[in-house]
Amino acid sequence: MSALSLLPARRSVPGVFVALTLTLTIGWLVVLLDGGQLFNQSTTVSLLHVAAGLGLVAVGQTLVILGGSLDLSVAYVISLSTLVAAETMNGSDGAVLPAIGLVLVVSAGVGLLNGLLVTRFRVNAFIATLGVGLLLKGYLDNGYDGPAGTTAPSLVQALGYQRVGPVPVSFLLLIAVTAAAWFALSRTRFGHHLVAVGGDPEVARLSGVRNDRVLVTAHVLCSMCAGLAGIYLASRLGSGAPRVGTEGLYDLESIAAVVIGGTALAGGRGGVVGTVGGVLLLASIDAIFNQLEVDAFFKQVIRGVIIIAAVAVYARRAMRKAA
Amino acid sequence: MQTVQPRSLSLRLPRVRPGGVLPILAILAVLLVLVGIRQPDFLAPPSLMSFLGRSAPIILLAAGQYFVIVSGEFDLSVGSLVTAQVVVAARLIDSDPARTWPVVLLLLAFGALVGLVNGLITTRLRVPSFITTLGMFLILVGAVYLWSDGAPKGGLSEEFRRFGRRAFEDVPVLGRVPFALVVLVVVAVAAVLLMRSDFGRTLVAVGDNPRTAELSGVRVWRTRTFAFILSGLAAAVAAILLGGYSGVSFQAGAGLEFGAITAVVLGGVALGGGRGAVVGAMLGALTLELLFALMNFYGVSGALRSTVQGAIILLAVAVSATRSSSR
Repeated sequence: MSALSLLPARRSVPGVFVALTLTLTIGWLVVLLDGGQLFNQSTTVSLLHVAAGLGLVAVGQTLVILGGSLDLSVAYVISLSTLVAAETMNGSDGAVLPAIGLVLVVSAGVGLLNGLLVTRFRVNAFIATLGVGLLLKGYLDNGYDGPAGTTAPSLVQALGYQRVGPVPVSFLLLIAVTAAAWFALSRTRFGHHLVAVGGDPEVARLSGVRNDRVLVTAHVLCSMCAGLAGIYLASRLGSGAPRVGTEGLYDLESIAAVVIGGTALAGGRGGVVGTVGGVLLLASIDAIFNQLEVDAFFKQVIRGVIIIAAVAVYARRAMRKAA
Repeated sequence: MQTVQPRSLSLRLPRVRPGGVLPILAILAVLLVLVGIRQPDFLAPPSLMSFLGRSAPIILLAAGQYFVIVSGEFDLSVGSLVTAQVVVAARLIDSDPARTWPVVLLLLAFGALVGLVNGLITTRLRVPSFITTLGMFLILVGAVYLWSDGAPKGGLSEEFRRFGRRAFEDVPVLGRVPFALVVLVVVAVAAVLLMRSDFGRTLVAVGDNPRTAELSGVRVWRTRTFAFILSGLAAAVAAILLGGYSGVSFQAGAGLEFGAITAVVLGGVALGGGRGAVVGAMLGALTLELLFALMNFYGVSGALRSTVQGAIILLAVAVSATRSSSR
C-alpha cells in the first residue's frame, strides 16, 4: 500500500525540477538580454534566503497535506515565533538556546492543538487551523503594535547572514530539515503510515494504523517547522515582528509550493523533495523579476497565474494517467 | 457496477436540505438575549435596522460562499474581489454621478466574469478550487495595485454611495429601513427560491457526491461553475454596499473570504459540500456580526476580536462535529 502510493511521488518529482530548470534557463537568457546577470553572488544569495524561509514552512506543510490535512495557522505561528525568540533572547547571546527551545515548545503546542482539534474533535482541518490562527492573531494584534525584542547578535550573524560560499547557513538548515523529513517519510514507519492515512484513512485504520496519532504528530512537526522559520526570520530582521508571517503570505504560499511540488492537495501522494523544487521555483521567479525590475504588483499577478498554471499541468497529467 | 445509484440521489435530498438551521438559531437567540441585557436600546427597531444594513455585505458574501461550498468547492478570492471592485468603481466613476449606473452594471459583469474564470479553471482544468481562487486572490490584489499605482484614485459618487448609506426614512414601526437591508432581503429571497428550485437540488447533489450526480446525468462542471458565478455576483453586490458604507481603500475586502467561510460553517453547512441550508449560512454571518457587536458593548478590545471569533468557530464546529459523529 505504502509502496504503491510512493510511486507517483517519485515520478512527479522531476516535473517541478524540469520546470525549475526551464525557468532558470529562460530567466537567465532574458536577464542577459536585459543587460544583467542572474547568477551573480548577490542574486543567488537572496534567492536562497527567500527559499530558506518559505522552504522551512513548506516542508512542514507537506507533512500535514500528505496526511490529508492542512495548516492555515503557520503564518501566525511564524509571527509568534519571531516574537518568542526575540523577546526571550533580548539581545543576549547566552539566551539563544533557551529561546530556540521555547519557540519549539510553543510551536509544538500549537501543532498539538491543531492536531487534537482535527482528530479528536473531528473539526475540518481548514476550520480548525483557521480558528487556531485567529486565536493567535487576536493575541498578536492585542499585544503588539510593532517590532519587539532583539535577536541575539550571534544568532543574527550565524543564521541570518553567514554563508558557506554562496549558500546561506539558513539554506543548509532547510536542506537538513528536508533530508530529515525525506528520511522520515520514506524510511520510517511514521512516514508510511502518514501517506497511508492521507491516501485512504479508512483503509489505513483497518490495516492497524493509529490514524489520530500519526496525524497529530504531523501537525506538531508542521508547526515546529513554522517555528524554525520564525527563528530564521527573527535572525534576519534582528527583532520579533508580529505581522511578518501574514505579510509574507506564508500560509497560502507554502500550500502553493507544496502543490506545485507535486503533492496532491487531497493527501496520500507526493513528497518533500518536490516541495523544495516548488519553493525554489517560486523563489527563482521572484529573483528573475527582481533582476528585470518588474513592478512588485505585476510580479504578484504573474505569481498567481503561475501557481494556477503549474497545478493545471499536474492535473492534466494525472487525468491522462487515469484515462 | 454499484456506482450507479440514481435512487439514492432522490431519496437523500429531502433529508439533507433542512440541515442544521436550529443550532444557529439557538446561538443567535442567546446572543440576542445577552445583547438585550447589556444594551436594550440596540434591540429597538431603528438601531436593529441599521445593524442589519451594516451586516448586509458579509451576509451576502456568506450566501455566495454557500453556493460554492455546498457544491464541494471553496472561494478564497471573494475578499480580494470586493477590494478590486471598490477600487475599480472609485476610479471609473471618478466622482461623476452620471457614470454610476454603467459602473454598477460593469461591476456585476466583472464579478460574474471572475466567478466564471474561477469555475472554468476549477472544473475544466481540474485545479483544486483552493489553488484556483488563491491564485485569483494574488492576481486580483496585484492587478488592482498595479492599475492604481499603489494608491486608490478617483472617488465614488453620492449616487453610488447611497446603496450602502441611505435608507427609506419614516417607515411605520421600523422607522428607518436601510437600502442595504432591502437589497439583502431581495437577494436572500432569491437565494432561498434558487435553492428550492431544480438547480438548488442539483447543486447539493453535486456537493454530496459528484460521481453519483454525474452518472445521473448532471453536468457537474456546469453546476459548479454557476456556483462560482453566483459567488462572484454576491461579491459584486457586497462591494457596492461596502464601498458606499465605508468608502474606498485597499483594505475594503481584506479577510472577508475567511469571514464568509466561517459564517457558512457556523451556519451548519458542511465543508466538502452536500449538506446545509443557505438560510443557515446567512444566519451564521448575522451571528458573527452580532457577536462582534456584543463584544463592543462589553468593551472587549477590538484586537481580541479574532481570538473570540476563533474560539467561537472552534467551539461551534467541534460541538456539531461530535454530535453528528455520535449519532
